Amino acid sequence: MYLLHMTPTDKETGTPEVKRGLAQMLKGGVIMDVVDADQARIAEEAGAVAVMALERVPADIRAAGGVARMAPVVKIRAILDAVSIPVMAKCRIGHFVEARIEEALGVDYIDESEVLTPADETHHIDKRAFTVPFVCGARDLGEALRRIAEGASMIRTKGEPGTGNIVEAVRHLRRVMGQIRELTSMEPDERFVYAKEIGAPVDLVVEVAGTGRLPVVNFAAGGIATPADAALMMQLGADGVFVGSGIFKSADPEAYGRAIVLATTHYDDPDILARISEELGAEAAMEGLERLEEHELMQTRST
Amino acid sequence: MTRIADLPKPGDPAVRRNGRPRDETGSPTTPAEEAVRPTIGVLAVQGDVAEHAAALERTGARARWVKRPEDLEGLDGLVLPGGESTTFRTLLDWERLLEAIRGRWEEGMPIFGTCAGAILAADEVIGAPAPHLSLLPMTVRRNAYGRQVDSFVTQLEVDGLDGGPLKAVFIRAPAIERIGRGMSPLATVDGEIVLAEADRALVATFHPELVGDDRLHRRFVEIASGTKADATRT
Repeated sequence: MYLLHMTPTDKETGTPEVKRGLAQMLKGGVIMDVVDADQARIAEEAGAVAVMALERVPADIRAAGGVARMAPVVKIRAILDAVSIPVMAKCRIGHFVEARIEEALGVDYIDESEVLTPADETHHIDKRAFTVPFVCGARDLGEALRRIAEGASMIRTKGEPGTGNIVEAVRHLRRVMGQIRELTSMEPDERFVYAKEIGAPVDLVVEVAGTGRLPVVNFAAGGIATPADAALMMQLGADGVFVGSGIFKSADPEAYGRAIVLATTHYDDPDILARISEELGAEAAMEGLERLEEHELMQTRST
Repeated sequence: MTRIADLPKPGDPAVRRNGRPRDETGSPTTPAEEAVRPTIGVLAVQGDVAEHAAALERTGARARWVKRPEDLEGLDGLVLPGGESTTFRTLLDWERLLEAIRGRWEEGMPIFGTCAGAILAADEVIGAPAPHLSLLPMTVRRNAYGRQVDSFVTQLEVDGLDGGPLKAVFIRAPAIERIGRGMSPLATVDGEIVLAEADRALVATFHPELVGDDRLHRRFVEIASGTKADATRT
């Protein structure tokens, strides 16, 4: 009786609204790294807004050494089948064939990620050519706007993955937010040189100067290990958080996952944060790394 | 003492770029207007809360972020935004918000659910172990069009909405398979309902908050204002 129009509706897929829109729906949430279907189910149960499929969590990639590639297809397929929330998957920087395979599998978001070994040390993927949206890492405003110009629909500040140390994540998020504040206080004629200095397209620099924010959602990543870490990133202006090794390298992944989800929502309420942390008891967070050698850094790969 | 929560958050659309709260657009000028200006909550446990709050303020309503049961007090309406319904559920259970929202609905508070919000409101959900808030007699099917690569934009003809077709963004969207007594369909895609209305509820499987066309928010604010006026009279 309410079948008013039975002619098929005209649908346009892969538009910027649709690609950036999914990231908007993830705001205020936690995206968790998982390596198999069981971990994916634990993450969904804990309240993750999405899971990130990869072969090993960053801490294990560091430990294993060698070349890190996209996750095996059978694992991605099993994760896609295991959960109802969006599934993201990492591909190597510049490896557009890994990305095409992940798109063909039905992955909901692709992370062109420095956590994997870069396939191309000069060029990133032309992400505008894909229907599936991409998220990319950035350490400053110029890097973020370069990735957006290439078609990234979401940004994550990089931090230093697999360390359980928040210091780089704080540095990168503060830098991006600080540069945006600096830009919005400039005279219009000063923006051109600023665009040149940070290596970003002028039109995107002008857009950010007008709106006072990135044109896409920006999550924090790389070193978040505790509920307090997640809340800190939210207070510094992140739209949400990625937690890589922090959950499945903790003593109790289910409890840690849930606690980080709760802390990301209630980031501005110290009483609730205290209660969340208390409920975790004395369960240990992942082991942290304090200092890395220059060649061990992932954040400086292909910027 | 200034609470951290009261400080403007960088990047928040409700904050002007110099860090001070922006002038509220459409804010009424006379005390009489102020008295009837509705306050609409947006469930703010996760999702695109800021986009809804901005749309509501453009219609002249006051928007309030709702994270805890006490935030529901005195609201004239509540928006259930887009986000992940499974995440919403984890967070609603933890702070006893589920019961609190149900209670306010039973007292007469209107609701507007979009996408995940429509899933929260339905009394039957295909693709979830059990319904969530169970406020409205309808069946919603999750991820009805497939995965993200199938997400789409279309122009919707909406019953009774002046001003031509509405641009509608569907993101891993659900579809409404059934509506029960007291609900009417307002728009369809491929013959399935994507927008429906009840006495004091509006549900959309798409995202009117993303496109800068505030006609559905205006319609909801009118529903909420009508309910408020009725409550004041009686």
